Amino acid sequence: MWYDQPFRETRHLTALLRAIRQEAARPIRIMEVCGGQTYALSRYRIEELLPDTVQMIHGPGCPVCVTPAETVDQALAIARLPGTTLCSFGDMIRVPGSGGKSLQHLRTEGYDIRIVYSPLDALDIARENRNRQVVFFAIGFETTTPLYTLLLSQAVAERLGNLSLLTSLFTLPAAIRFLTRDPECHTDALLAAGHVCSITGIDEYRKLARQTRRPIAVTGFEPADLLYGIYRVIQLHTRGEARVVNAYARAVPPQGNEKARRETSRFFTPCDARWRGLGTIPGSGLKLRPAYEQYEARNRFHCTVSLPNGTNPCRAGEIMKGKISPRECPLFGRRCTPDSPMGPSMVSAEGACAAFYRYRTT
Amino acid sequence: MNIPDCPLPTQPTDCITLAHGGGGRMTNRLIESIFYPAFANQWLEQAHDGATLPMPHSRLAFTTDSFVVSPLFFPGGNIGDLAVNGTVNDLLCCGATPLYLSAAFILEEGLPLDTLRQVVQAMREAATRAGVSIVTGDTKVVEHGKCDGLYINTSGIGLVPGNIEIGLHRVQKGDAVIVTGPIGNHGVSILSTREGLNFETTIESDTAALTHIVSNLLAGVPDVHMLRDPTRGGLSSTLNEIAEGAGVTITLDEQSLPIEPPVRAACDLLGLDPLYVANEGILLIFLPDEHAEQALHIIRNDPHGKGARLIGHVTDDRRPEVLLELALGQTRVLDMLSGEQLPRIC
Repeated sequence: MWYDQPFRETRHLTALLRAIRQEAARPIRIMEVCGGQTYALSRYRIEELLPDTVQMIHGPGCPVCVTPAETVDQALAIARLPGTTLCSFGDMIRVPGSGGKSLQHLRTEGYDIRIVYSPLDALDIARENRNRQVVFFAIGFETTTPLYTLLLSQAVAERLGNLSLLTSLFTLPAAIRFLTRDPECHTDALLAAGHVCSITGIDEYRKLARQTRRPIAVTGFEPADLLYGIYRVIQLHTRGEARVVNAYARAVPPQGNEKARRETSRFFTPCDARWRGLGTIPGSGLKLRPAYEQYEARNRFHCTVSLPNGTNPCRAGEIMKGKISPRECPLFGRRCTPDSPMGPSMVSAEGACAAFYRYRTT
Repeated sequence: MNIPDCPLPTQPTDCITLAHGGGGRMTNRLIESIFYPAFANQWLEQAHDGATLPMPHSRLAFTTDSFVVSPLFFPGGNIGDLAVNGTVNDLLCCGATPLYLSAAFILEEGLPLDTLRQVVQAMREAATRAGVSIVTGDTKVVEHGKCDGLYINTSGIGLVPGNIEIGLHRVQKGDAVIVTGPIGNHGVSILSTREGLNFETTIESDTAALTHIVSNLLAGVPDVHMLRDPTRGGLSSTLNEIAEGAGVTITLDEQSLPIEPPVRAACDLLGLDPLYVANEGILLIFLPDEHAEQALHIIRNDPHGKGARLIGHVTDDRRPEVLLELALGQTRVLDMLSGEQLPRIC
């Protein structure tokens, strides 16, 4: 049997749904923090199977969605510099900057912008193009950052002077804490992202559950994983227990990945970070340590951009706080579609708007 | 004074040079040494700009397609057999018996002749398997860096028997939708080769001309309504085009979609949806539901049709859309692909 099959089998899903229905007597609002979970909930249309008492809120866990417009503007400015090659993951090249242009637009204008599948691909590009400055648009959460440390350690070892990172790195616990303190963001329980916890471990989430007084389930991405996580937080909520359960034990060791964390600490240090749609959250980002600051593209190139004037009517910030559903945004499905996205959450497959649009029923 | 040797433009070389596209002796030599021996037939040997072809009284099917795949060679095939199979399958989808192909090459300066020979050899073998002749062609060479090694355009002509009527206008409520094999193999094979992704198993492209499947199907089933090969944009985009063109609702059963486990796993890993991944060696078939079992029996008798499945039905003729029924009975819209599928970040 193929590995993922049991987690999609009808009989398992039906059994989990039955258990949820029995347990969910009290209304509960559950935030899935991760974009991958939002995507899976939409793709498998899990929400419509849940009882009316259970409401899912789509959190801020999509790195494309939370990267601020001014950072996209910086990437655009760097890409326009002569002799520069900008490398990016695929999703990011379609995100419009504050002027409406994206990296994809610049690519059609002839600028050297490359989609890569792994940050390590940028190493080869830098090695093969010593006369060009190669910049990797390094966005992401705790899961992606260890990959950037591999890139950096190799660049340092080889003394590659033509490679740098435009970083936009976030960490989730501070953002979760911030959101749960927001009086407009009503959540009773959280689904934490399994792949993030496979790096961070679950100790920090234990603390988070105590501080926020909410149950948390560390959850995977298959339909059965999500239903099981939902079932466990409902169970804890019913019992009034604000603690963490590891509902994804097959992938998440409680201690996480110590080596990945060690390497992350070697190169990066926490900082305050601006999240698109949410504002500045203290201690929720990572920046390069002073010893490695020369690898930060912002320090290497002149790419000062002015802060966007806030005229974009995209309401992704409110969507990420659970204040409105994507369908309540006046742009959704009209002016804003995956073909012509007005905001990042319509670009990324893991953005709530794109997932809602793509997997809609009518 | 030293007079350097004259650099003869016709000196032997192992690579394509701009001179190969100049229309002169080098072009001629290329055609005579590579293309003519590979595709030899009486019509090509007319050695004219075009071929004069005998044509019985019948309806003509005519199609053209360009192939720009990178890498040129991938597990299960290369740009050469792709260029023949793709155009043959387009003719088959018209209900035609494919007869003649043209082959136009755009070659990049510096392309090893050996690479070209391998591609041409693959074209010859594919043409032989599909029962078509490559009867005319063209060669152009562009400067180094102006193309990805080698591009091929193939056009094809076939004849449609008088009793065959295939087209969007025939798609109707009650039709069964059959796919002749597993989906996503070609796109994932190309992607994994291009990006150097080392999966535990090699996923091979399914590129093939489905001549025998279609001829046996048309001979054995009384009324086939529609044939399409779901190439770029994958199954979803092709079905959306059909739904839009025919003004019908197509409802698929997710559980019945044939996706091989390694393809599913690779797509999950990369954040791609196999329903939007390109295919090459499969066809979508629309026919009355009462003939579906018989059609499946015929298709599965062919080596390229072993994985054939009934995947859904035309359920309505008022609203053009494609719906997907999920495991627990929920239904969602299956949209067209927006832009290109992009791999996810985390």
